[in-house]
Amino acid sequence: MTAILSETIKTKPSARRDEETAARLAVMSAGATEGWSVANREAALERVKSMGLPQPRDEYWRWTRPASLIAPEAPTAAVFDPAETPIFDAVDRVKVVFIDGVFSAEESDPLELTGVSIERLADSTSDIHWASELYGKLEARGQSPVERPLAALNTWAATDGLLIRVTGKAEKPVSLIYKHASETSDATLHHVIKLEEGAELTLLENGPAAARFNKVMEVDVADEARFHHVRAQGRDHERRAATHIFARLGRESLFKSFTLTANGVMTRNEAVIELLGDDAMAHVAGACMGDGDFHHDDTVFVTHDALNCESRQVFKKVLKNGAQGIFQGKILVKDGAQKTDGYQISQSLLLDGDSTFLAKPELEIYADDVACSHGSTSGAMDEEALFYLRSRGVPMAEAQNLMVIAFIAEALDEIEDEGLRAELLDRLTGWLDRRRG
Amino acid sequence: MLEIKNLHVKLEEEDKQILKGVDLTVEAGKVHAIMGPNGSGKSTLSYVLSGRGGYEVTEGEASLLGEDLLDMDPEERAAAGVFLAFQYPVEIPGVGNMTFLRTAVNAQRKARGEEEISAADFLKLVREKAKTLKIDAEMLKRPVNVGFSGGEKKRNEILQMAMLEPKLCILDETDSGLDVDAMKLVSDGVNALRDEGRGFLVITHYQRLLDHIKPDVVHIMADGRIIKTGGPELALEVEQNGYADLLAEVQ
Repeated sequence: MTAILSETIKTKPSARRDEETAARLAVMSAGATEGWSVANREAALERVKSMGLPQPRDEYWRWTRPASLIAPEAPTAAVFDPAETPIFDAVDRVKVVFIDGVFSAEESDPLELTGVSIERLADSTSDIHWASELYGKLEARGQSPVERPLAALNTWAATDGLLIRVTGKAEKPVSLIYKHASETSDATLHHVIKLEEGAELTLLENGPAAARFNKVMEVDVADEARFHHVRAQGRDHERRAATHIFARLGRESLFKSFTLTANGVMTRNEAVIELLGDDAMAHVAGACMGDGDFHHDDTVFVTHDALNCESRQVFKKVLKNGAQGIFQGKILVKDGAQKTDGYQISQSLLLDGDSTFLAKPELEIYADDVACSHGSTSGAMDEEALFYLRSRGVPMAEAQNLMVIAFIAEALDEIEDEGLRAELLDRLTGWLDRRRG
Repeated sequence: MLEIKNLHVKLEEEDKQILKGVDLTVEAGKVHAIMGPNGSGKSTLSYVLSGRGGYEVTEGEASLLGEDLLDMDPEERAAAGVFLAFQYPVEIPGVGNMTFLRTAVNAQRKARGEEEISAADFLKLVREKAKTLKIDAEMLKRPVNVGFSGGEKKRNEILQMAMLEPKLCILDETDSGLDVDAMKLVSDGVNALRDEGRGFLVITHYQRLLDHIKPDVVHIMADGRIIKTGGPELALEVEQNGYADLLAEVQ
């Protein structure tokens, strides 16, 4: 049998798209005009021009309005002080701080870590660089079969970011801290991470970043390398973010990404992962809690193109007061990707009748010896369980918190490091407790 | 200690009267059993006393040690000393049994103005009580009731009861789904809690549970009322003759 792979979902030409794309490009410029990245950036600009920026009618933008993400000016976003110790503060790590997308040498640690080379994209203006093989290249691969114009826009315009090359097992995490200081900031960062054979790195990210944040992270995980990513997106209520992860996995490699999101009027997190080497494993998970003016979209595309690989997508959303959650998750198993083990679950806990969760799980399978499962549920809190807890003396609010944590647990379990998992659980519990008071 | 007077209850959703004037007094230190055919309102009584939603009290009152129960939230009733051992204990995926127990114990202590129990003391106490109920460490670690057998669920209920030390223990068909050995284990657990200051309301279909948990008083409930009250011999009478004779006698 000849397999016919899905065709690229082309955006339809429209005058409005052309107009809006031109308006956006008119207020931006290439992030660099010299050095190795110029050619990659120019190619990305061509992609943006040929695709155009997203429109509400596009297949993957029907549930998330792209307007605020593509507008020439970033909608203003008040800076929020959660009055708490910054997350990951107690972790021994290499801190790299960006304020409104601008690197802060003062607040950052020296970019030094044994077995890891860390460089700033903005500093990297040589003509030849290892990152030229990846910068915008994984993004370009990820444009098919679903176009992701905001990522191409990022590749062209990114003003900074990190180029991280890992040759050994990093002894501590690299921790990116994105601070938000200006109500009108519009930040575009692009990171490239290359893990050489057998290398291992944990990357932490936290903070709201800017009023509007466009971030791309390209990750090349070589054979037997391991990459862990734990992210907390920052609690500024009005911030907007469009983020992309493009990852390519080699033989027996591991990729694990977890994102915790609380607050934010607009978040679109895309992950595009290709398993290209046999026996690789990719887990991408997220938990979000939204209250009121909150829109959170997880769009995931996992491609199996090798033997005996495992992928998991675990997404949990807790929504109330009109908050909106979106999940668009796909598993594509290419012809020949036998023994694939694919799992996908997306669930929402709706704390009232005003909140909505929309899910589009997709499986496309061309191999005949695979195990793929997916599930999506949406529901209110289990009244029986609540009564059971209360009948034992647990007050209503505490009982609800226990149930929320229990609901999110499966996603949190995707964090391999016990300390980091405990920290996020602790943080989550604190947020729930304070919301009560 | 428990005073129920002329209690009338209907389902909130449909206009259906379930309890039609229940009068009942349970004294401290005593075990009262309630028997009755299916649909007589036994379980409803246990739910109404513990504060489950979905029921509307249309008339009458219920108090524990002089405190009006019907105005309280379920957690307040628990803190006041009410404990319901569920007929069908609820599974709560994601919440560890230990976390659940400690949260409950501390919540009740807090409500009563007492200090929280230390982690070490709590662990010691749980282990000790779990041991007598043959609940192993693995069961304590698992999520609440998830994957528990019928017997394990009921033993877990009794463990909670032992940890929370309530004043009024309501057992709703605790014998259902138990084999002979499990019934003995559960009954021993209940009997160990029998105490001068504690009252029991044991709801059951069958006399066999009452062989293990010997009641002081037996009530027969039918069609939302208590139709007959007597000593332990009443349970034996039901076991031998069924409810039909009793019902006929009342009518």
